[in-house]
Amino acid sequence: METEMKVNKISDCLWEIPKTEKEGMLVPARIYASDTLLEEMDKGVFEQITNVACLPGIQKYALCMPDGHWGYGFPIGGVAAFDTKEGIISPGGIGFDINCGVRLLTTHLTVDEVKPRIRELVNELYKSVPAGVGAKGPLKVSASQLKEIMKKGVDWCIENGYGLPHDRERIEEYGHIPGADPSKVSEKAISRGINQLGTLGSGNHYLEIQMVTIDNIYDKKTANIFGISEQNQIVIMVHCGSRGFGHQVATDYLRVFDKAMKKYGMTVRDRELACAPFKSPEGSDYYKAMLCAANSAFANRQIITHRIRESFSKVFDTDTEKLGIEIVYDVAHNIAKVERYKINGKEKEVLVHRKGSTRSFGPGRKELPEIYRDVGQPVIVGGSMQTDSYLLAGTEKAMEGTFGSTMHGAGRTMSRHAAKKRVRGDQLLKTMAKDGIHVKTASMSGLAEEAGIAYKDISEVVETMDKLGITKKVVKLKPIGNIKG
Amino acid sequence: MEEYIFLDDIATADVAIESRGDTLEELFTASAMATFEVMSDTSSIQPKIKKTLHLEHSEIDGLLFDWLAEIIYLKDSEFMLFGKYDLKITKDTNYQLDAEILGEEINQSKHDLRCDVKAITFHLFEVYEKNGKWISRFILDI
Repeated sequence: METEMKVNKISDCLWEIPKTEKEGMLVPARIYASDTLLEEMDKGVFEQITNVACLPGIQKYALCMPDGHWGYGFPIGGVAAFDTKEGIISPGGIGFDINCGVRLLTTHLTVDEVKPRIRELVNELYKSVPAGVGAKGPLKVSASQLKEIMKKGVDWCIENGYGLPHDRERIEEYGHIPGADPSKVSEKAISRGINQLGTLGSGNHYLEIQMVTIDNIYDKKTANIFGISEQNQIVIMVHCGSRGFGHQVATDYLRVFDKAMKKYGMTVRDRELACAPFKSPEGSDYYKAMLCAANSAFANRQIITHRIRESFSKVFDTDTEKLGIEIVYDVAHNIAKVERYKINGKEKEVLVHRKGSTRSFGPGRKELPEIYRDVGQPVIVGGSMQTDSYLLAGTEKAMEGTFGSTMHGAGRTMSRHAAKKRVRGDQLLKTMAKDGIHVKTASMSGLAEEAGIAYKDISEVVETMDKLGITKKVVKLKPIGNIKG
Repeated sequence: MEEYIFLDDIATADVAIESRGDTLEELFTASAMATFEVMSDTSSIQPKIKKTLHLEHSEIDGLLFDWLAEIIYLKDSEFMLFGKYDLKITKDTNYQLDAEILGEEINQSKHDLRCDVKAITFHLFEVYEKNGKWISRFILDI
C-alpha cells in the first residue's frame, strides 16, 4: 500500500482514513476494498480521495470504490455527495468524458449461432460503428438538431427512427435528464462534437459480443427479469461516452472554474479539483451544460444500438424484432446528479458526483422503471477486453452506505506506457483469438494498452461489493468478439 | 532543443508527460509533439494544411494549457493531425502566442493511429524555468 496515511479497518472490505490525516479534511475518506485490492491501490488513490474530503459541502464520507485508481482531481472510482445549498460542483469529479457509460443488450441468439459468423459480424459492426482517432459518425445533424439532442437525449433518437419506444425505460434517467440548457454550451463544443454521433471513441471504449454460460448465472430469477434466460445466450455490451462534445464542455468549464475559485475565495489541493458553489452562476451554468453532454452521450449509445440492430439483422438476414435485441439497461459512470438521501436522520438533497462509479439503486426506488422496481437496478460492470464483465443488481444497502453507488469496471493497475512495454498488440490479438475472443481494433498499440494484465482482477472487485451487499451478482459475461476503439 | 518523455509511474489511467525546451517556443512545440505522438506516429503526418492561431493569457501555464486545449479541439473539429509548428511567444501585459501549425486530415488507413486524447488536465500541471531550460509536466486524459 503506497501511503503513509493511517488507514483503519472498519469491517471486512471497508477502510477509513480519519479526518486528522490531512489538513482541511471535512469528513473521513472511506475505501471499499478487499485486503488484496487495498494493498494494490496506487498512492494517487489515497492522496486524491483525501483531497475530495476537503471540498466544501461534502456529506458523510469521500468514497472510493474497489476499482479505484489514480485519476485527475477525483480518483477514478471516486464518489462524493455535496449539499446542494452550500456545496460545490466540480468538473474534476465527473471527468472530461461526461456520461461515459455502459449499455447491455440481450439477443435471442446463442453461441452456436454466432460463433461461426463472429468474424463477419465483428467486421460488419466495425464498419457501422466507427471507432478510433478521427472517426466520423454515420449521422449528419445540424447545430439546431444537436441542440435538440442535448435537451431530449434518447427521446430525439426514438422520434427520429433510431430506437423503439420501450428502449427509453431501460436507460438510466430514461435517457434524458431534464434541465439541460444548450445556451450554456460553447460553439466550440458544438463544432467538436457535431460529426461524432454514433462513434465509439478510443482508449478503453469498446463494443463487445459476450456469452452467458450456465455456470455464470448467480441469480436465475433476477437474470430472467433482466432478460437473460438461456445458457449460451449472446449479449452485447457498449462502453463509450459523450465524445468530443463532452470533452470540450468539460475543458471550457474547467477554465471558468479555475478563475471562479479566486472570486469565491476557494482553494483546492489539486488544481484539477477546481470547483464553484453549485448554486453560483458558474456552477449552475456548468451543471446545465454538463446535462447537455450527458443527454448527448445517452443519444450516442442509442444511435450505436440502432446500428448494432441493423448489423445483426444484415448478418443473420433476419428482422431485428426476431433477433430480440433489447436493452437490459444503460448506466452513466461519469456524472453528477441531484438525489435525495437520509443523512443524520434527515432527508437531504445532495449533488452526487460519480467519477468511474455506477449508480446502484436498490429495489423500490421510484427512479427505477416498473419492470425492475422489485429487484433493483441493473448495474453493468465492464471488464477489460481480455476478461469477463458482470451484470449485477443494486441494493438497499447501497442507499445507506455509498449514496447508491458501486464500482464501474475492473480498474487499472498499470499505466498505459508500462502495459505497452509488457505486451505487443499483434501478439495480444493472437492470444485473445486462441482464447476464443475475435478482436478488430482501430489501433494495435491501443489494444496493448488495454491488455488484461493492466487491470485488477474484476472478479475480486465485484466480489468485494457483493460481500458487502452493495451490489449482488446476477450474471458473469464472457467476451467472444470485440471492437476496440 | 525540443524534448519530451512519457512518465510511467503517475496517473495510472492517463498519460503523463514531461516536456522541455531552451525557449518557450520549443517547450510549446515539444508539448504539442508529445500530445500528437500519443495519438499517432507523428512522422507519418504530412504538412499539407496550415492553420493559424492566436492565444493570449496572463500566465505562462495558462497559455500552455490553452495551447494544448486548442490543438486537441482542432484535432476533432477539423479531423486533423498536426506535425509541424511555427510559433512565436511574446509578452507585454499578457503572454501572446501566434502560431502556424501544419498537418493533414486524419486517415485511418495511412496514419498509425494510437489512443485518442480527450483533454489536457490541470492535475499536477506545472511550467517552470530551471538552469536555462523551460520544463513542463502535464497529464492528458485518454
